[in-house]
Amino acid sequence: MSDQTHVHTGHDLAPGEEEQHSVGERILGYVVGLALALLLTATSFFIAGTDLVWQPSIPVALIVLAIAQMGVHLVFFLHITTGPDNTNNVLALAFGLLVVFLVVGGTVWIMSHLNQNMPPMDQIMPMRR
Amino acid sequence: MSMTAAVGRTHADPHHIGLVVEHPGPASKRIVTAYGFWVFLLSDIVMFSCFFAAYAVLSGQTADGPRGSEIFEQRNVAIETVCLLLSSFTCGMASIAADVRNRFWFYLGMAVTCVLGLIFLVIEFREFADLVARGYGPSRSAFLSSFFSLVGCHGLHVSAGVLWLLTMMAQVFAKGFRADVLRRMMCFALFWHALDIIWVGVFSVVYLLGSAV
Repeated sequence: MSDQTHVHTGHDLAPGEEEQHSVGERILGYVVGLALALLLTATSFFIAGTDLVWQPSIPVALIVLAIAQMGVHLVFFLHITTGPDNTNNVLALAFGLLVVFLVVGGTVWIMSHLNQNMPPMDQIMPMRR
Repeated sequence: MSMTAAVGRTHADPHHIGLVVEHPGPASKRIVTAYGFWVFLLSDIVMFSCFFAAYAVLSGQTADGPRGSEIFEQRNVAIETVCLLLSSFTCGMASIAADVRNRFWFYLGMAVTCVLGLIFLVIEFREFADLVARGYGPSRSAFLSSFFSLVGCHGLHVSAGVLWLLTMMAQVFAKGFRADVLRRMMCFALFWHALDIIWVGVFSVVYLLGSAV
């Protein structure tokens, strides 16, 4: 009977809960998260007001920095990991993100097409003249 | 190897796949509560995404009123952002203190979180009052309507969070670190961190993109 493998299905982790760490390691995690978040925030504010970079790249850079900072918050403050004990939390998050992208992306996409097909009145009037 | 052990193994491995799974039973109440609250937070984020979508569509519809770059003050937004970030950190410290049942650090962390949250709210309220006093209230243009509803909704969440924070301090003071109080504390920490994530979206999309474009 030695071919049997014992699988220990331990409990899942609650969202926001860490695996067993000492207090010092947990505080260190928050410090690292805070430092990364402050760095990304400072970069965002710097990029928004600078003339050093190509101007059309600024909106893209701001969005990328925002997504990166949200990731930092999720990992270091909310302790969402890719571990097997976190599968439920990650799946719920993935579904939430899917809905968020459908709502925001779909709205922007549809409304920009509507604006092209049906320009507001102040843009139509010059055409008629 | 005894006979009973073999029978027991057969029971644990009914399909003879050579894999014995020891089921630990239903999840603990702490996990169920936090998971339910996590689902609520995600639905809250979906609600905020509707406000973000409305803002993205309406941000150009100023009706000859002020544009975003004319009314946003970067310095105030930077102070607000740092306040919320630091309060997220101190909230994490308070939840660690609650886990190790250290009252002093718990009260200190929660008090600092509360003060930082209140500073954020005061700055935001003064910004709103200033805009309304200049005639740029939410009824001035579609852009300002969507701006006030998005940022104001986040501000309402922070206000509710501050009230919840004070309730948690009172509960720990009156009841101590009981299991149910610790569960509520965990939900509060999740809520506060999620508000910070939403603020990252707000300051990037509304304030920084609004003044850059």
